[in-house]
Amino acid sequence: MFTSDRRTSGELWFDRLNVVGMLIICFVTLYPIWYVLVNSFNDGTDAMTGGLIYWIPRQFSLENYEIVFSNAGIMTAMGITVSKTLIGTVIHVFFTAMVAYALSRKELMFRKLYMVMGTVTLFFSAPLIPNYLWLRDLGLLDTFGVYIYPAMFSFFDLIIFLTFFREIPDGLEEAAKIDGANDFSIFVRIVLPVSLPVVATIALFHGVWQWNDYFVGVLYTNSDYLQPIQTFLYRVIAQSSSNQIVGATGGAINRTVTSQSIKLATMVITTVPIIVAYPFLQRYFVKGLMIGSLKG
Amino acid sequence: MEANAEVQVPARKPDNRRRTSLLRKFYGQRYLQVMALLGVAWMLLFHYAPMYGIVIAFKQYIGIGEIKNAPWVGWEHFKAIFEDDMMFQVIRNTLGISLLKLLIGFPIPIVFALFLNELRSLRFNRIVQTITYLPHFLSWVILGGILISWLADVGVVNDVLMGLGLIKEPIFYLSEPQYFWAIVIASDIWKEFGWSAIIYIAAIASISPELYEAATIDGAGRFQRMRYVTLPSIKGTISILFILAVGSILNSNFDQILVLKNQVNESMSSVIDIYVYEIGIKQGRFSYSAAVGLVKGLIALFLLLLANSFSKRMNQSSLF
Repeated sequence: MFTSDRRTSGELWFDRLNVVGMLIICFVTLYPIWYVLVNSFNDGTDAMTGGLIYWIPRQFSLENYEIVFSNAGIMTAMGITVSKTLIGTVIHVFFTAMVAYALSRKELMFRKLYMVMGTVTLFFSAPLIPNYLWLRDLGLLDTFGVYIYPAMFSFFDLIIFLTFFREIPDGLEEAAKIDGANDFSIFVRIVLPVSLPVVATIALFHGVWQWNDYFVGVLYTNSDYLQPIQTFLYRVIAQSSSNQIVGATGGAINRTVTSQSIKLATMVITTVPIIVAYPFLQRYFVKGLMIGSLKG
Repeated sequence: MEANAEVQVPARKPDNRRRTSLLRKFYGQRYLQVMALLGVAWMLLFHYAPMYGIVIAFKQYIGIGEIKNAPWVGWEHFKAIFEDDMMFQVIRNTLGISLLKLLIGFPIPIVFALFLNELRSLRFNRIVQTITYLPHFLSWVILGGILISWLADVGVVNDVLMGLGLIKEPIFYLSEPQYFWAIVIASDIWKEFGWSAIIYIAAIASISPELYEAATIDGAGRFQRMRYVTLPSIKGTISILFILAVGSILNSNFDQILVLKNQVNESMSSVIDIYVYEIGIKQGRFSYSAAVGLVKGLIALFLLLLANSFSKRMNQSSLF
């Protein structure tokens, strides 16, 4: 960064050690992911009998993946995860941004009151059981809606939108107003399109949350066909209810897969979309994060 | 003020006129109002309405039938908290894990950001950032799965330690309570240190390069520049984040601990949030769970408000 080329030998060593240290940190960060990847491509029974596999597959096999992809239960769970992430994120972003836009307009009557109501939600919420009972009374238990409606708004995200919307020059909106557009269509046609960085940031955060969350599924659903893949994995990993996985292996005639190897393949499939989408969204979130001061 | 005007009984003409003009103003912004009120409706439905259920903390509600029909018991459940043998353990685990996470986990992102800033290649800097942010986006189920397999009797940790001759027999890490805190704290740091550094990296990026140039001319080495230029410049950011971290000390990482805990390590893994979940959902003691949850929520609220007012006073800026 500071290009004074006359580095003392002390500085030179500092730089070298710093680079080495950073490489070690990167290795420590990536290796566990690599380990799972390698083992998921290894023959299941071989992995169980012949010592641990650290660097590359010892007996390469695609069978774990074949079984995962042909397992109806896992694929249903995957479908739930994909749909709740897509639907949930679109609704969350649109709804939160819409409310944020209304609250960003100074002339809005009762604006103070609405802001206070929102701020309270940041500090205090009902405990787990009252919340559970209320969603039960609303009839949301064991429905797909429980993934969407309770998560469609967040005041924290609203603040991030609000900060961004305040920076939009008034001229843009004024011009549209003269053309006779109402506030809702100004929001949809003008405000949203110019707010791409912040929309992408919130979409990333909420999308990742929707994709990764397992607890909503654990707490509010019972039916197998409603559980997202993370809830499925939670039940398999933490509660070691291997029934579902054993069910998956049962179909294979030449069984070279184990419940462990199938678990690993499922974990990889669950993680790949995040890793693929991540570099594209990364350029937005650092910027978006700074707009909203703090989050995460 | 406007709210008052709405509810006033229009007795005299000027008021009447004012009221009409307010109504006209309201009508003029009807689209905006609908947009805002939809948000308010959501808050009422999903945030404020569930608070009604808090009354079960003062009732004997067993989960069946309507809440309003359940008999009142007054402060009974709150008194029970003080007689609960599990309570000491649960509070110790919550505070122990949180404080150690704070003590060890808080400085690491700062140190990481400081050293990252000293890298000469901006490209390499970016690559390291991209890689270290990544674990933040992985779910605790996946990481928990990795941890459980690594810490098993024939797992990576035992294999490596035995290979190095450090231990003779494999250790069942997740079945022995004394390792639980270390596992939780280390894995949390592994997952979040890169992400937590973002805010410091941004703060460092806004330091004027002239400060560094001046320091270099004065003969400051790398460590001295870190110590006397970078660190003082991000002091404000550090103190705000520290205060907020202290403010949320009662919130343990629920997602993480729920995956890693089991019946054997319970004595060290049961934290308040987990306890509220287990006595409520698993044991069906709805009223007692609500009472514990309420007390925790109120103390957490107090700590958060305290932290917020502290950071406001320090930097004239706060989160909310």
